[in-house]
Amino acid sequence: MTTRIVELRRGILKKNDELAAELRQRFNAAGVLVLNLVSSPGTGKTAFLERTLRELLDCGWRAAALVGDLETDNDARRLASSGAPVRQINTHGICHLDAEMIGKHLNAWEKCEEAGNEGTREQGNEGLGTERLGNRGRGPNETGIRVSLSDLDFLFIENVGNLVCPSSYDLGEKIRVALLSVTEGEDKPLKYPTLFNSADAAVITKMDIAEPCGFDRTTALANIDEIRPGIKIFETSAKSGAGMEEWLAYLEEERKRQGKSL
Amino acid sequence: MHELSLVLSIVETVTDSLTAYPAARVLEVRLRVGALAAVEEEALQFCYGMASEGAALAGSRLVVQRLPVVLHCAACAQDVELDGVQSFHCPRCGGAEVEMKQGKELEIDSIELDDGETNPGETPEALVELDGLPNSTQAPSS
Repeated sequence: MTTRIVELRRGILKKNDELAAELRQRFNAAGVLVLNLVSSPGTGKTAFLERTLRELLDCGWRAAALVGDLETDNDARRLASSGAPVRQINTHGICHLDAEMIGKHLNAWEKCEEAGNEGTREQGNEGLGTERLGNRGRGPNETGIRVSLSDLDFLFIENVGNLVCPSSYDLGEKIRVALLSVTEGEDKPLKYPTLFNSADAAVITKMDIAEPCGFDRTTALANIDEIRPGIKIFETSAKSGAGMEEWLAYLEEERKRQGKSL
Repeated sequence: MHELSLVLSIVETVTDSLTAYPAARVLEVRLRVGALAAVEEEALQFCYGMASEGAALAGSRLVVQRLPVVLHCAACAQDVELDGVQSFHCPRCGGAEVEMKQGKELEIDSIELDDGETNPGETPEALVELDGLPNSTQAPSS
């Protein structure tokens, strides 16, 4: 018997990483700043993003959003009320978005198409998001709306609410934003170090109810910094508007910095 | 997290790499998994047992090398290994200017094959270059 050792040195998630790298190149070429918002379910990503989209559009920026959920297009409808183009990705059970889903939906958006039932659990595929029209009539994914990346300054990707799996799936984003609400406990970053360590910015949401929640701001800020030293942290309330000015200033600064590097 | 889909990806990658060794049987698949990779080894082994049944991977072992987080501290000007994943400041000086050198790996490092040949006097072959990566000079055992 002859044994030999063959070096592979191949990432197990290499397929997603390669697709994400392609997306990253595509985003850079189009000059669009892409952010991936990750958090637990119920943190307030959608409310935060809705306010962000409204304020960006009010300032004359061009912004759009892709939003991932297992089921319903409720979030896409809420976000679309901001006036920004929004597209829902329904994963039908898959607990995170991946680069393949993002790519397919962006392609369909550019062609004014539905992404179609390319992959469902019943077919046994690893999982592509499928787009669904709303039950109450035409949904935000109605055909006829064409969105081209080169027409955008910002693309926000609201990930499926999950602090575990999204940490491993690169979507080609420039900025990964980890959100944490005042109701979730100050030790959340310590419980989910992989996700928080992978973030480029953190947002504490629902600051308007921090006091009745007994939120320990000092500990929360320290824990976030412990897991990701030097990370930029924003404290916001989508309801009251607190902290949104600093957040918008950050977005604009990052957008301008990207524009200069082209 | 997703141990079954990870294992299926491992099986697919290893099977693809065997086209150069049509008679080979896989003895061992070696993974490098960083402390921040969020993979549970017991679940991985369980899934591997099921997914490797049949063909070239049947009976092979999955060996997981766990890697600690290693940071490069700018202030200390050196690499520092962390004990856990609860603090990412430099454990030596407490500094925040750190860069992660190791800790997020989730990769197939190598595979050990029984290539089915029976020539004990044969000189061990050089390792195969795959994916454009440089050859290692490590010689296989026989």
